[in-house]
Amino acid sequence: MDSLGHLAQGFVVAAKPLNLLVAFLGSFIGTVVGLLPGLGPINGVAILLPIAFAMKLPPETALILLASVYIGCEYGGRISSILLNIPGDAGALMTALDGYPMARKGLAGVALSISAWSSFVGSIVATIGLALFAPMLAKWALAFGPAEYFVLMVFAICCLAGMVGERPVKTFLAALIGLILATVGIDAGSGVYRFTFDDVHLSDGIQFIVVVIGLFSVSEMLVMLEQSHAGQVVIKNTGRAMFSLKEMADTWWGTLRSSVLGFIIGVLPGAGATIASAITYMVEKNLTDKEGTFGTGDIRGVAAPEAANNSAAGGAFVPMLTLGVPGSGTTAVMVGALTLYNITPGPMLFEQQPDLVWGLIASMFIGNVMLLVMNIPMVGLFARLLYVPNWILVPAIAAVSFVGVYAVHATTFDLVLMVVLGIFGWGLRKLGFPMAPLILGFVLGDMMEQNLRRALSISDGHPAILFQSPVTLILWGLAATVLVVPFLLRRRKKKP
Amino acid sequence: MSDRIFAGLWLAFCAAVAWLAWKIEAPFSYEPIGPRAYPLLVTALMAASAAWLLVKPDPEPDWPQGSLGRRCALLLGGFLGYAVLFETLGFPLATALATILIGRIFGGTWKGTAVTGAALGAGLWYFFDKLLDVTLPLGRLWAGF
Repeated sequence: MDSLGHLAQGFVVAAKPLNLLVAFLGSFIGTVVGLLPGLGPINGVAILLPIAFAMKLPPETALILLASVYIGCEYGGRISSILLNIPGDAGALMTALDGYPMARKGLAGVALSISAWSSFVGSIVATIGLALFAPMLAKWALAFGPAEYFVLMVFAICCLAGMVGERPVKTFLAALIGLILATVGIDAGSGVYRFTFDDVHLSDGIQFIVVVIGLFSVSEMLVMLEQSHAGQVVIKNTGRAMFSLKEMADTWWGTLRSSVLGFIIGVLPGAGATIASAITYMVEKNLTDKEGTFGTGDIRGVAAPEAANNSAAGGAFVPMLTLGVPGSGTTAVMVGALTLYNITPGPMLFEQQPDLVWGLIASMFIGNVMLLVMNIPMVGLFARLLYVPNWILVPAIAAVSFVGVYAVHATTFDLVLMVVLGIFGWGLRKLGFPMAPLILGFVLGDMMEQNLRRALSISDGHPAILFQSPVTLILWGLAATVLVVPFLLRRRKKKP
Repeated sequence: MSDRIFAGLWLAFCAAVAWLAWKIEAPFSYEPIGPRAYPLLVTALMAASAAWLLVKPDPEPDWPQGSLGRRCALLLGGFLGYAVLFETLGFPLATALATILIGRIFGGTWKGTAVTGAALGAGLWYFFDKLLDVTLPLGRLWAGF
């Protein structure tokens, strides 16, 4: 096995003291960011990215930091779902359905520990899947030409439009807004300035960090203000702190099933942890819930979605590392991170940067062990953070967000642009536009245009090249499927 | 209605973008497709989506009203002020002031937010600037002293 040798090499990279320290800090910060309602993995990764860059961390260390924050968030989100009935991040939404009733029965400790365990299983399954399948996919993707890449990105956007949000039109429009924002700045193909209004700040494009922090952090704080009047009581973390062997046996197969299913959903571009946990919860409910106890504090209903959201997060790394097309909003931010380091994610990454890729995969194994330790014995410590009032939390988030944006270019212009984009994003969110497609469009925009133009250069301007190879035809077919099937399902639901 | 207003504004925006994109011209080009076509394509798709939204809008979202609306507006103003004063006043002072304003909007007491503001302003500056080497401004206003 070629991969095993690479993985061993990866562990050498991951075991460097700096990388171990960063994995530990990332896991810790991730758990905190995940458990705080309102802050999700995208915020955490977006705020830390410029800081990592300003600290001049080497690329693999920066990536390990961001990845462990991402995985940590998927662990942390469950804490507030269980104790507060408010998901700490979107992926933990389903965990609240059975986790909160369990906590109210005095089984908070059991719910927290079993969900930490199933998170661990989910993450490890996904990391193994990543190590097995990513190199294969990368090898296959080497044959992709510009036409294939262009259609692949169209497919990623269609995946989002079909699956995210109530209104596909709004998802599609959000992605287009991202694409048009990405055209600002100097055009790589011809050297012409586009939409810069002769402003020097815009000549090299709108900074990626500015868009992400504006759309997610700034608008999130406004949402927090709107929701802050709804008071919620934190349930005390009481009862047994550890699940029993019987409880582990009861949940074992469900956890494993959900891990595999979550991984597969995570690999699909565009479909992330939220969709994975929702689907696996429904699957487990249909498969195992004979007594109708799901939703009333069934331990299986806690384990399954937690396994799924973690494995989906791991699965999202597969398209990001092998194709350069991110599978979730958070991995989209990581693609942006690699771009800051002038590393283009894609099939060549496995050949050109083996230390980076395998170091990342190895550190995900290590990080998960750290997270398991943090999240079972030390969970009480994290739970106490739920008592921090918003009037301390929000200014702190604001200050760190501003530092993050300022760290990239050190201009007031970027700060003001971030606030303006934040207001714009908040308005869009109120109108029901999802934000993840906008980020995906912004990240993919440049690649999409360059690949389209390169493809058309090859064919001397004939668009037929986009429909010639079998790969493009399959991808067009898949894109049409993900758009049409949810539409038909919705139709059928409306007319029973 | 909000959807319709947005869609209308967005159509106007698309028209402006299309006009700007039309003027983009490459002085010399080796490709069959220049820098102009792609923005125009995206804009056309955006305009089509916005038109769809204009015809079939969603139900009205609940915009914050009354005192909540005023607090939202104040928070936005606070963010803008923080952004504008960040370099002028310097990170520690701007952060302290922003913390007091934002903290008050979120229901903190004067005393509590003042203490938090001082702690965040000084603490985060020390943490980022000194420990992590992320350079933060100390304030242009005080440069002469």
